[in-house]
Amino acid sequence: MAKTLYDKLWENHVVHTEEDGTALLYIDRHLVHEVTSPQAFEGLKLAGRKPWRPDSIVATADHNTPTWNWERGIEDPVSRQQVETLDANIGEYGALVYFPFRDKRQGIVHVIGPEHGATLPGMTVVCGDSHTSTHGAFACLAHGIGTSEVEHVLATQCLLQKKSKTLLIRVEGKVGAGVTAKDIALAIIGRIGTAGGTGYAIEFGGAAIRALSMEGRMTLCNMAIEAGARVGFVAVDQTTIDYLKGRPLAPQGELWDRAVAYWRTLVSDADARFDAVVEFDAARIVPQVTWGTSPEMVSGIDGAVPAPEDFSDPVKREGVARALDYMGLAPRTPIRQIPIDKVFIGSCTNSRIEDLRAAAAVAKGRHVASSVKQALVVPGSGLVRAQAEREGLDRIFIAAGFEWRQPGCSMCLAMNDDRLEPGERCASTSNRNFEGRQGAGGRTHLLSPAMAAAAAIAGHFADVRELS
Amino acid sequence: MEKFIRHEGLVVPLDRSNVDTDAIIPKQFLKLIKRSGFGPNLFDEWRYLDHGEPGMDNSRRTPNPNFVLNQARYQGASIFLARANFGCGSSREHAPWALQDFGFRAILAESFADIFFNNCFKIGLLPIVLPKAELDALFGLTEHTPGYRLTVDLPAQCVIRPDGHAITFEVDAFRKESLLNGWDEIGLTLRHAEKIRAFEERRRSEQPWLFAQGLH
Repeated sequence: MAKTLYDKLWENHVVHTEEDGTALLYIDRHLVHEVTSPQAFEGLKLAGRKPWRPDSIVATADHNTPTWNWERGIEDPVSRQQVETLDANIGEYGALVYFPFRDKRQGIVHVIGPEHGATLPGMTVVCGDSHTSTHGAFACLAHGIGTSEVEHVLATQCLLQKKSKTLLIRVEGKVGAGVTAKDIALAIIGRIGTAGGTGYAIEFGGAAIRALSMEGRMTLCNMAIEAGARVGFVAVDQTTIDYLKGRPLAPQGELWDRAVAYWRTLVSDADARFDAVVEFDAARIVPQVTWGTSPEMVSGIDGAVPAPEDFSDPVKREGVARALDYMGLAPRTPIRQIPIDKVFIGSCTNSRIEDLRAAAAVAKGRHVASSVKQALVVPGSGLVRAQAEREGLDRIFIAAGFEWRQPGCSMCLAMNDDRLEPGERCASTSNRNFEGRQGAGGRTHLLSPAMAAAAAIAGHFADVRELS
Repeated sequence: MEKFIRHEGLVVPLDRSNVDTDAIIPKQFLKLIKRSGFGPNLFDEWRYLDHGEPGMDNSRRTPNPNFVLNQARYQGASIFLARANFGCGSSREHAPWALQDFGFRAILAESFADIFFNNCFKIGLLPIVLPKAELDALFGLTEHTPGYRLTVDLPAQCVIRPDGHAITFEVDAFRKESLLNGWDEIGLTLRHAEKIRAFEERRRSEQPWLFAQGLH
């Protein structure tokens, strides 16, 4: 029988199945960071257990770490304790690799995994972080888990799972200039909603997806969770294989050839059936900007903020009214007329080298508008930062008035000092525009790196396609 | 894990959809390294008028009188009534921990985000999906009936209203058994340790590249 990629990934990891279909799935890669692991290690210790396979663990500190003044260490004592707890736990139990705070390879866990080849096609990848879906770009079954499950994976190398339904999102055609993976992701969420993928594993396919780089596919799969799907993935093709070649944890020599032969089977069979299919025409997708407090509250750059009365469902209408109130926006305001206070280019969604190149291309020879209080560029990892510096991107950003920071999650969730003050409005390349996400009272608008740079220059949202 | 069999309690309604985990427990509280004590900061930004940080004495803060959890009639509530896509956003188990620590035993909603839904079962907080029409009725009844209580009966898989109307719900058999018995899932899984080891050895020989031992 024809199989979907999801069927193949699933079947390849089933250790045991309970009567009701609940399966015990084997976990190949466990990514660990400081925020969701301390209680799991503590639980393990209290039960007198040990990690099943420490060499499945790739760990780093990213959520809490500062992005400047590294020589001062972590000044917030609560954050420092959490990072030191991770140091101690990895010190005690071990890991395949650990990049602690200030290591030159440290960075956002979803950036460092792929860049080291720690994420390989066909793996199950888990992490106590919902954006683990990012790794689906490599045809992995990758999803976020809670701390109880972190402990479960540490102790057993397995996870109890029920199989999801399958959803194929097919994006055919070719995107126009200035339209990126982030715009595709936001356009999809705008159509299917933030719960559209709930209960589904999403496979992204079609010509526009195959045309994306691995960085673009990571951006897209990263946002699968914002469409409600714990997992989103893309089939293996030559782009996947080319990206992995020579990565430090990727196989070499004869093993590489064997691995590649297997990886090429990680595609849905031609006649495989999906539980649902949604189709998009890439050519119709324009640069996107969110206007509300949920990623589905999104518009093309040429659009306007809606009015609550546009929605017939009373709960939705009330939700839109509340979002506009929180965001300080009047109905019918054109997106381009919304002025911004801050800009954040970074996060596990958009902090890879390609993202920084796209933003720098817009920033080059221009300057951040005087009305913008702060424009941050936070690379996804130490290696991304070093690569960008080799290419001179740091100098372009600094000359244009951006701040060039050390890697970390930073203002995506504002657990460190990088945050919005109440009422401040931010053009952000991150993944969530929830109330208070980037700081209590802060207002977040999600968009692509190129669009964020364009907004920084203009001082309000602007169409990157119109910048020559 | 805390057992769940049958629970009867006061209901509190939060009438908005897409309630995310950042709202349930704001990020500053995620810096703590313990599992308990998150209840006082449940819905912190909606519940208090001032900004909260870990270690603050919440009794000295200003509660938001308009927020539903602060209203006198809902004090002591243990059943939470919600709308669609409750718990969307991050995988932070701190969100279910905070709800449980506050005193909730069950959440009734039109739909839940997948990771949040899963996390609730792991700690014995029962998330229940109900049809929209039944929820609409429950929101109305809760609002118009001071002291409105419900009974959640897990063995019978139903929510029972005071007027006797019973609303059935679905729950996976394995999860139900785990909740009814308060099983330690890690202990359960380790019963299959030999099977896991055999699976792992086969994998190691068939796909050795998955078992890298260090950076090249």
